[in-house]
Parts: sequence; C-alpha cells; structure tokens
Amino acid sequence: MSVDSVFVHKVWNDQELSKMIGKNIPFPMLSDGGGNIGKLYGIYDEEGGVETRGRFLIDPDGIVQGFEVLTPPVGRNVSETLRQIQAFQLVREAKGAEATPSGWRPGKKTLKPGPDLVGNVWKEWKVSEAFDE
Amino acid sequence: MPEEFKAGCQRPSIVKNQEDVQKDSVQVAEIIKEESMIKVGKPAPDFTAPGFFEGKFANFSLSEYLGQWVVLCFYPGDFTFV
Repeated sequence: MSVDSVFVHKVWNDQELSKMIGKNIPFPMLSDGGGNIGKLYGIYDEEGGVETRGRFLIDPDGIVQGFEVLTPPVGRNVSETLRQIQAFQLVREAKGAEATPSGWRPGKKTLKPGPDLVGNVWKEWKVSEAFDE
Repeated sequence: MPEEFKAGCQRPSIVKNQEDVQKDSVQVAEIIKEESMIKVGKPAPDFTAPGFFEGKFANFSLSEYLGQWVVLCFYPGDFTFV
C-alpha cells in the first residue's frame, strides 16, 4: 500500500515488477491517496506526504501480532517476515503449550512454558541458537 | 469478494464506513489519533481501499481476509528503489 494511484500501481507492475519476478505481483497493490489508512496505522509521514515502511502481521482473527516500521532508505527482510509468520502459526496451533525462543526457525527446538522451565532455560537453550550460523 | 470498478479519470476515493461519514471532522480526527496507536494483540483497524490485482482494479477490504494470515505492507512510493 502506498499513496500512489491504482494507475501508477498498474504501470509499475507492468513495466518493472513483473519483469523482476516473471509474473504479475501476486497480491493486491493498494492505493491510499491522502494517507488516511497510513494515519490509522500510525506510519504516515505528514511532512513527506508518503507512507513509511510499515509492515503489520495480522492473524486469521484480525488481530495484530507484530509490526515493524523502517524509514524509506532501508528495505525489509522478507525472510524474517516469513519466519515470524511460521513462528506465530506454530504457537497458535500449540495454543500456548509451546513458545519459539530467540532465533527459532522451522526445525529448531521450541520451549514448553511451565513451572519446570522456570530458571532452567539455560539447560534447554543455548545462546548460539539465537543466531543462524 | 473484492468489487471491481471501472477506471475513470478521477482517482478512486477511499470508501469510508457509514459511521465515519456521519461524524464531523473534529471527531474523525480524534478517532484517527486514538486508533493510530497500533498495539500487538489488538484488532487491526479495518479499511477498504482501491487496488490493482491480476490486471483489474477493485476495492479491497481488510475484513475480507479474516481466516487468513495477512502481511500488510506500506511503502513510500512506486518506482522508489528499495
């Protein structure tokens, strides 16, 4: 979503983005002229008249589970967004029985919150697991 | 389902809730101020906005995506480099 019109979205898709990925953009490109939706989400830059790089993860019940906001010159890490969705899906499925520690990604160990884990995370989880390598 | 619209010479306007239209601008400004505090664990504000998808122009509402995970991304502008 940006303040650009749907016409500009079409031309950007047709002239540039579709050439990057070899097909049309696979999700709706939304138009927020005036920035009203951006204001609602608290990421509209009044001075510049544009949206900042806000990214919101919304669960199947419409609840915000996470967000990240960056200033324009730094791009997002899409892999990190996907990792967070995978983690949120896992904990949602587990209904509170499992939690994903720092650095978790699919295949890595989860933690089982409960009285026995209090003060014992050091036995279950190593700092090195917070990092990918 | 997203409702397709014909591309005219004017920019498609943002569809407001009936409720919002009835409120005067001061109240709307207050509501926007209040709701701009997005919190995790709280509902994402619903909206309807025009969009381009699969070669067509249509209006999309966030509430149509209940039941699915949604990644809502804002960015400064088309044709920016990052």
